[in-house]
Amino acid sequence: MMNLSVAASILPPGLPLPVNFGMIPLFAANPFTEPVGVIHYLIVGAVLFTAGIACMTLKRNALGILMGIELVLNGANINFVAFSSSYLRAEGAPTLGLDGQVVALFVILLAAAEAAVALAITLNFYNNHATVDVDRADDLKG
Amino acid sequence: MTGMLDMDISSMTHVIVPALATTALPALPMAGINWHSVLFLLFAGLACGFAVGVVAADNVVRMALYLVFSLGATAGLFFLAGAEFLGAMQLMIYVGGTLVLLVFGVMLTAQAPFVSIKPSSSDRTLAAVAGASLLALLLTAAFSVDAWMAPGAGVVPAPTATPLGMALVGVRVDTPPSGSPSGGHVGYMLPFEIVSVHLLVVLVGAAYLARAKRRRTPRAIDAVASAMPVEPTVVATAAVTAPGRTTGGAKSALVGGGR
Repeated sequence: MMNLSVAASILPPGLPLPVNFGMIPLFAANPFTEPVGVIHYLIVGAVLFTAGIACMTLKRNALGILMGIELVLNGANINFVAFSSSYLRAEGAPTLGLDGQVVALFVILLAAAEAAVALAITLNFYNNHATVDVDRADDLKG
Repeated sequence: MTGMLDMDISSMTHVIVPALATTALPALPMAGINWHSVLFLLFAGLACGFAVGVVAADNVVRMALYLVFSLGATAGLFFLAGAEFLGAMQLMIYVGGTLVLLVFGVMLTAQAPFVSIKPSSSDRTLAAVAGASLLALLLTAAFSVDAWMAPGAGVVPAPTATPLGMALVGVRVDTPPSGSPSGGHVGYMLPFEIVSVHLLVVLVGAAYLARAKRRRTPRAIDAVASAMPVEPTVVATAAVTAPGRTTGGAKSALVGGGR
């Protein structure tokens, strides 16, 4: 493996490193023998959040946008659960305790409510316009 | 060449077999494997892979299927983090309720031209660039805190179902986490009540929004009666022919839309 101090000395001093080298030991370790930490859950949450944002912006089907919202909420939930788990934190490190799980439970309930209302609006839009393409929802354009 | 190989193998067998017979089995390489990490990698790969699949798929039915798998794998991640009640709720409410609702929505609107609405390739490229930069930003933020990089100590948490239920009715029975900055123990009675009333209002509102609207057309018998005073026999024949016309009008209102 390349010596990191050499890589850092190439760059002029004062310039922040373009890549965070702190993440290299995580990928260098054997993932099958190392215990899982909070950072692993944060990576999964970031991937789900990013996929949800991309889904919300990219899809033209109204139901696809709803699915993107569900993915975003799940990415947030993964972070809440990771920070509330004493299994994933180092010995004695502060956790959110049960509060993180309660917040995640509320997020699940509110996501169910949001999906019901958004689906009703989508069906209403489909009845009125005979399409679910959100680009056609331009009735309010002047 | 093959003869040499055969000789090598046979000589190796002669060496190995007595060794196996005399000594105990060597430590298997599987002994050092942390099965919690292996299961985490499995569920994390499933969750991330199917989440990317939701973005990449164009068919809305496949998107719904991938979303089911992704959220199910997320429930597995919850179980692995020690939040077993939350994992069960994720499976029952999300996968069993919300996604079934979404699948119903897909089925109700799955006319042939809307099953796959493809975004343009320039939009795709733009979304890929924006998504990659957002992911880089989030990962840089996640890796910037040293305390989050530490591997877990593996302190098995207590079962959470009873403390969660008691916290929702306002009584905390769990021990506060050590070193908690707030140190406080608050119940969740008021948020629980607000959320329950909110859920009721939302379901009533959704049922009101999604009901099948009928166009408010005057009944044929009223139109005939208001147009001219007629004999009772003519009104009776109009009433006989009325039902077919009204159902036809309602169907056209449902299919054709209000425009």
